[in-house]
Amino acid sequence: MEASSLPAALELVAGGGAGLSPEKRAVLGSSLLLLQRDYRFERVWFWGCIQGVCGAYYIAEGLGPDRAAPRSRLYSLNCVEWSLLPPVTKEMVTQAGRLKGRFQGDPSFEYEYTERNAEDAERLFEDGKEPTMKEEARLVATIEQIDRAVGIIPRGAFVKTPLGSVSENRNFEGLSLTEAKRLSSYFHFTEPVNLKNKTLLEKADLDPSTDFLDSLEHDIPQGSWTVQLEKGGTVVVLRSLLWLGLTFYHVPMTKQYGYVYFGNGEKNLDLPFML
Amino acid sequence: ERGHGPYQPHEPGYGLYQPGYSPYDDQIPDPKSRTLAIQNAKAYLLKSSTTSGLNLYDHLANMLTKILDEQPRNAVDIIENISKDVKWAHFQKKMDTLRDEHEILPTFEAAEKRKALFLKANGEGDEELEEEIGETPLPNVMETAFYFEQAGIGLSKDESYHIFLALKKLISVQPIQTCRFWGKILGLEMNYIIAEVQYHEGEEEEETEEEAVTEEGGKGVGEVEDEEEEKEKDEPPKSTYKPPPVIPKEENGTGANKYVYFVCNEPGKPWVKLPPVTPAQIVCARKIKKFFTGRLDAPVVSFPPFPGNEANYLRAQIARISAGTQISPIGFYQFAEEEDEEEEVEGGRDTYEENPDFQPLSVAEMVDSLSAWVHNVQSILKQGRCVWLNPLQKTEEEEENEEEEKAEEPDELPQELQQGIGPPLLTPLSEDEGIQNMPAWTAQPSTNLIPQYAVAVLQSNRWPGAYAFASGKKFDNIYFGWGHKYSPENHAPALPPPVQAEYPSGPEITEMRDPTVEEELAFKAAREEALAAAEEEEDEEGAEEDEEEDD
Repeated sequence: MEASSLPAALELVAGGGAGLSPEKRAVLGSSLLLLQRDYRFERVWFWGCIQGVCGAYYIAEGLGPDRAAPRSRLYSLNCVEWSLLPPVTKEMVTQAGRLKGRFQGDPSFEYEYTERNAEDAERLFEDGKEPTMKEEARLVATIEQIDRAVGIIPRGAFVKTPLGSVSENRNFEGLSLTEAKRLSSYFHFTEPVNLKNKTLLEKADLDPSTDFLDSLEHDIPQGSWTVQLEKGGTVVVLRSLLWLGLTFYHVPMTKQYGYVYFGNGEKNLDLPFML
Repeated sequence: ERGHGPYQPHEPGYGLYQPGYSPYDDQIPDPKSRTLAIQNAKAYLLKSSTTSGLNLYDHLANMLTKILDEQPRNAVDIIENISKDVKWAHFQKKMDTLRDEHEILPTFEAAEKRKALFLKANGEGDEELEEEIGETPLPNVMETAFYFEQAGIGLSKDESYHIFLALKKLISVQPIQTCRFWGKILGLEMNYIIAEVQYHEGEEEEETEEEAVTEEGGKGVGEVEDEEEEKEKDEPPKSTYKPPPVIPKEENGTGANKYVYFVCNEPGKPWVKLPPVTPAQIVCARKIKKFFTGRLDAPVVSFPPFPGNEANYLRAQIARISAGTQISPIGFYQFAEEEDEEEEVEGGRDTYEENPDFQPLSVAEMVDSLSAWVHNVQSILKQGRCVWLNPLQKTEEEEENEEEEKAEEPDELPQELQQGIGPPLLTPLSEDEGIQNMPAWTAQPSTNLIPQYAVAVLQSNRWPGAYAFASGKKFDNIYFGWGHKYSPENHAPALPPPVQAEYPSGPEITEMRDPTVEEELAFKAAREEALAAAEEEEDEEGAEEDEEEDD
């Protein structure tokens, strides 16, 4: 969620019971602004909080002029001091996918793999060291996975300029109530995967300036999003069931929207059994 | 030559034809005459018709505007119809008898219900108000919400206040002694807001549902035997399957059914009472993991099949969560002092009372060691109850029946029904098992900057979403989550049981090879030899006996 709309947004996503204490809320107002100054971001998003066993990580993202470019991510243990996270690599993501269990809360904690496969055995032979992964790298990989899988925006909120860069749509006035209840009105804010698989007939109806991303309709498994109207029907809240804790809110017919993650940082692999 | 005569001034094309140049030439030699020609053309178009008062210019403009606005397909094919429609539209009044109804958004109805919460009920006089202010079972939801908010947990203030009022409404309707906001469980279509309630003694409503089915074990077999004796038809043998004995649920007011729970989807909607939980439901709920849909009558489709619908599943999960995560600071509750302390209460004590001499520990102490907290709800045994019950114990009635029939059940209990013992009430949290290398609870103070006013907060790692806080003499528990236990391993559904053996295999029914002809002949020959040998012996014996008798 946008740093500037943090107080109002936290009230709207509080339906899940997770939120921030007044202390954190107060300090985020200032520390996120300072982040914007120090790193020269155009926009700062408060991404959320990953709860570890001993402590919690608070994550912020900074966006540059092209909103769809890879974002810089920062973490903090107390919302006051922020540290930049290294950019994510594919290797990190695959390695993190093999780790199970909660985050510890200590960024320098080293995980040891319990399962070994052929690659690890080879590496062991060469290096003589056991493969380990630092929690920081796991954090980066997890945030990237979450953003890629369930980071969403309403349709029309961003436009793609003819030069290819993406920016906010100033004419976006919000989705209507009926549109807001449909999954097809929300897009994944990441590189589209299914877009090119659409038939020409479907593509003819799309507007290339706003429909350049994947919509949520065809997410697998079906039903991995819950759409609810909260606060007497004034806020549309989408919650992801794949990454429990990701909450997206939007007030229909207004420009307010955003998503935030409050959770363990673990993928819900039991989803098909639970639906 | 072309069929178009020399153009008159009022006709279009006038001035376009210059001698020596065809009207189809692009360039008109004289610019002045071009503008004149254009003006003439436009003037012609603007001329009003004598019959309808319209002019072609405006009509064309309207038609093109309409086409560009609506962007119909194959516009060129329907252009005549469009033209007709535009002309027809002139004759329609702007005021239509059909008007768009104001859209009744569903949000308006919801707002209506929420507003109803804020209205005072009719007939509430001043006297009643004074009584209420004294002692009321209504919990101070806003105060609890404040403490949890210090830790970053809780709903928005609006929602908390609505829940506050909804609880007040519940209390005014039901005869309730104690009430507590238990928490919120999220669902797919709707969420659940849950209130934990205890009725006044003796005012509990009677169950309208029938009690659990009685045990079928011994009686079933007896009946079958009688029937078989009566009928001597050739029927397939009745199955001798005896279902395992049904474990009866605990009485209302004890054990897992100590509290009664009311749920509603949103504050403002009516509260629904959840049925009491049975051990079978708890045992099954431990094996399945399903999301709640938000409708209490939704079926729970799972394996092993859950005995009940979503209301029962919800109640079972609430019971498990309460048993695992309801905690209080040590010393707050104590066991009631009994005169006869030598009596051993079976299954441990299940009642406690507040300790009037409670001295709260400091926040730092509450956070540092988990032994400063104790469970104040009985844990649920493997059997599904809090107090173990031997299901094969017969009641008096059943024993009489069994004297008539022959009891076939063994006296020894099979292994799964061994007596289960759980930790007694008021055990400290340090005894809780961790998961892998993680403690069962994470304790933190709400703030490190202002330790004087910090609140000690505990989060459960086994049931993510269960929180507890303590500050001075105040403490409370709450749950916000999806209603599932944390398991580091993926959920593996129970496999179907192995196929039952239809019959015991023994030598009577095992197939054997038929003997060959040679084997039969050899056997026959051997038998004859044996017979012959036996006859000879008999003859000999007979001869011996004769000889003896002679002597």
